[in-house]
Amino acid sequence: MKKIKCECGHVNPEGTVLCESCGKPIEENQHIDGNDKKKLLNMRYDGTARRSQTYNKSIVDKIWSFFSSVKVGVWLIVIALIASAVGSIFPQEQYIPADAVSRDPAIFYEERYGIPGQIFYQLGFHNLYSSWWYMILIALIGISLVICSLDRFVPLFRALRKQKAKRHATFLQRQRLFSQTDHVSEEDMETVKQRLKKQRYNITEEDGHILAEKGRFSRWGPYVNHIGLIIILLAALLRQTSVFYMEEYVWVREGEKQVIPGTDQQYYIENKDFILENYDPEDEKFKDALAKEGAPVASNYQTNAVIYKAMEPEVTGAEPELKKVEEGSIRLNEPIKFDKYVVYQRGYQQNEFSSMSFKIHETDDADEQSLGEFTVDFTSPKSEYELESGFKVEINNYYPDYYLDDKGEPASETDYPRNPAFVMMVYPPDGSEPEISFLGIGKNIDATGENNYKVGITNFEMRDVSGLSVRRDYSLPYFIVGAIIFMIGVIQGMYWHHRRIWIRPQDGGILLAAHTNKNWHGVKRDIEKMIDGTNIQMVTDQQELDK
Amino acid sequence: MNNLIELSSMFLYAAFLLYLVATLFFSFTIGSRRKSDGKAAKIGITLTILGFITQLGYFFTRWMGSGHAPVSNMFEYMAFLGMATVLGFIILYFIYKVTILGLFALPIALIIIAYASMFPTEVAPLVPSLQSHWLYIHVTTVSLSQGILTISFVAGLIYLIRQIDQTKTTKRTTWLEITLYALILFVGFILATTLFNVMNYQAVFEYPNNTGNGTVETKYHMPPIAAPTDGTLLTDDVMQPWFEIPEWMHGTDAGRKFNTLLWSIIFGTGLYLLLRLVFRKRLGATIQPLLQKTRPDLLDEIMYRSVAIGFPLFTLGGLIFASIWAEEAWGRFWGWDPKEVWALITWFFYAAFLHLRLSRGWHGEKSAWLATIGFAIIMFNLIVVNLVLAGLHSYA
Repeated sequence: MKKIKCECGHVNPEGTVLCESCGKPIEENQHIDGNDKKKLLNMRYDGTARRSQTYNKSIVDKIWSFFSSVKVGVWLIVIALIASAVGSIFPQEQYIPADAVSRDPAIFYEERYGIPGQIFYQLGFHNLYSSWWYMILIALIGISLVICSLDRFVPLFRALRKQKAKRHATFLQRQRLFSQTDHVSEEDMETVKQRLKKQRYNITEEDGHILAEKGRFSRWGPYVNHIGLIIILLAALLRQTSVFYMEEYVWVREGEKQVIPGTDQQYYIENKDFILENYDPEDEKFKDALAKEGAPVASNYQTNAVIYKAMEPEVTGAEPELKKVEEGSIRLNEPIKFDKYVVYQRGYQQNEFSSMSFKIHETDDADEQSLGEFTVDFTSPKSEYELESGFKVEINNYYPDYYLDDKGEPASETDYPRNPAFVMMVYPPDGSEPEISFLGIGKNIDATGENNYKVGITNFEMRDVSGLSVRRDYSLPYFIVGAIIFMIGVIQGMYWHHRRIWIRPQDGGILLAAHTNKNWHGVKRDIEKMIDGTNIQMVTDQQELDK
Repeated sequence: MNNLIELSSMFLYAAFLLYLVATLFFSFTIGSRRKSDGKAAKIGITLTILGFITQLGYFFTRWMGSGHAPVSNMFEYMAFLGMATVLGFIILYFIYKVTILGLFALPIALIIIAYASMFPTEVAPLVPSLQSHWLYIHVTTVSLSQGILTISFVAGLIYLIRQIDQTKTTKRTTWLEITLYALILFVGFILATTLFNVMNYQAVFEYPNNTGNGTVETKYHMPPIAAPTDGTLLTDDVMQPWFEIPEWMHGTDAGRKFNTLLWSIIFGTGLYLLLRLVFRKRLGATIQPLLQKTRPDLLDEIMYRSVAIGFPLFTLGGLIFASIWAEEAWGRFWGWDPKEVWALITWFFYAAFLHLRLSRGWHGEKSAWLATIGFAIIMFNLIVVNLVLAGLHSYA
């Protein structure tokens, strides 16, 4: 590596723009930060030698230079920004509304949004945020973060550690804030030092040269927050694996006990009761708003649940013994937590049939005197019911959620008993030919019109179903750590300022210059306070505001 | 209970008037070289602080009256954003003592509060998903950050009006006019809503719903220019609609919202043209001479500084607190819901802004344009995402 020796004696690494020690511009490298065309020095990274600006021969150098450019980073951010915006034009696949005619994305987008919707779907934008190219974009931002940070942090750290109080005159003259005073007395210098100390500057002195510095640690803010972001990106990567993240959804009926999916058969959940409460439309406080709404407004979704842990059965293959570990209510915003799992209230289905009772009577019996009764339990419907009176009922067809399809044929919309209907064969006790009946809610159809016996619904029981989601997420702590580090870094970098004031004695007078990474107004005020009452010239702002 | 709500409305009204009078005092500071030590400036900032305290009074009385922090619907949120903007102004005023900032920040806060009042102001109960302490923590932090980021737009706007060469028509003067016109559209919306409210205008439509197997009714409070797709007018003796909205507009109540937009454009454009007629030059050119005493470098710094203050707050409220709440409520801390996507876009944008500030050539005017775009993104997320792109965060 070619080293550059400055006239102050300090040996700088190749590619240095401003001597790390005295700040004197190094002649041959001024083009790197564009100092050759401007009056002021570019102080961004204190004129340190950055790898990206120094080496550009091998392919590694070129890749490094590419990703270390803030311009490239900003472009990546802007592209990600535009891509994200595009994805929000129409709902993503998981947000296709439940009231849509079809929730099949191939149909939904075109049906509802026409040609633009179809294009949206065909370009794969309905899953944009999990598409390979969006992932690559985010990964590229991650790479840019790492390389940008390394490229700058290492040399900047070095330069700020090596900086000396003694600075070259050119360095001072080419700072944004600068002044020259021809005669400064000893007392004035003493006052200045006292005032700087009072303003909590760290003062380094070297042969009458002064460097006053404060808030240097704010310079590390960007690198700290980038570390936080990288941790978050890595955590997002980990979360893609099933080791770190598990998510399941389960419907549990009231009164039912079910194994919780994703827990290796270890845990069971029992739904004691599902509760849906609405606000009282007469409520004194809210009645105006509720009247305007027109429909009931829910105030609570709640599942009262018991969690059981399965104990190892003593005999293999036997039903496990269940031990209660947790009992409580699961509400929106109040999930239930046990072991490493969290269960959330996510959905519900009200009034599902749990059982339905029937009786058989003679078709023309006005009193409908019972000739036998039976009950269908929807958790385990049987195909045949033998009645004590000798009747036998065969369930020929069962539609849990009955509707008539496009062709007018009976069919079931879902597998849940929300609107059950049956085709039953009734075998009379005398062994004569069976009769066919079609039965459902509000329907009782005699297919032939010649049936001697009629089946009627006498009773039914209903229950609610809770939709619960189960999570186990080991990646959360990493996200939390990443977020905390990011916040520390961003606050450190944004709410504190790195300020430096240099004083260089020259022919009985001084050169005074200052630099800060932001809040120039603040550093000017510091200088005003520092020179108040002395005959030192106030600094002038030499900034050329870009147009 | 109701007395508290009435009291809170009075507080809000009083705060509005105080801000208005404060603006007047800040306008007296135009042309005086001495920035903040003048009498007018002192009265102006005192009134602003009084107004802010009064609005805090509104906030807490409404909180007591309703039982939850008033940040749960469009009215409450926008009113809070107005307050946050004032707070942002107060903070940056005390750092930089630039009085002209008040002359622009307060009117923008006034517009935001007036805009808020156009939405239903009844106290509404919280649906289960909002019943969480994170509602207060998340929403107030986001709002505070957005208020401070708004100040960056205010400084940028002043910078643009001050610096853009108005002697000839250029792309820059045109875009500046568009920015000012967009602000006037909000005033147009406020005027239209207030006028038709006073007239108690009503027209009811019936139109087929999304699933296609039923109909919904919607109540227009403005004369129907645009009817819902396949809508039938049920009210007699009102204006017949001129046309139906195109079929692809599917959002909740798209017809009524589109109609409101049309009226806002009519009133806003009318007002803009009237102003142009009165001054006989571009609005930018009209305001420019008043700003000659303002220092552009200071404006540039305020612009940057408010982003530097607002950005960490936005990250905390808009992304981190939001994720914690989403994790508590739905078991997923991130879900690509439109509101979440637009929060990320806002964050990306301001991150890009901060990185661009590192480069030469992006200070001054370019930064000012960026600050303007940033504000547009915030407003987009508040208005378009809430009212048009339906999602979990939809208020309407």
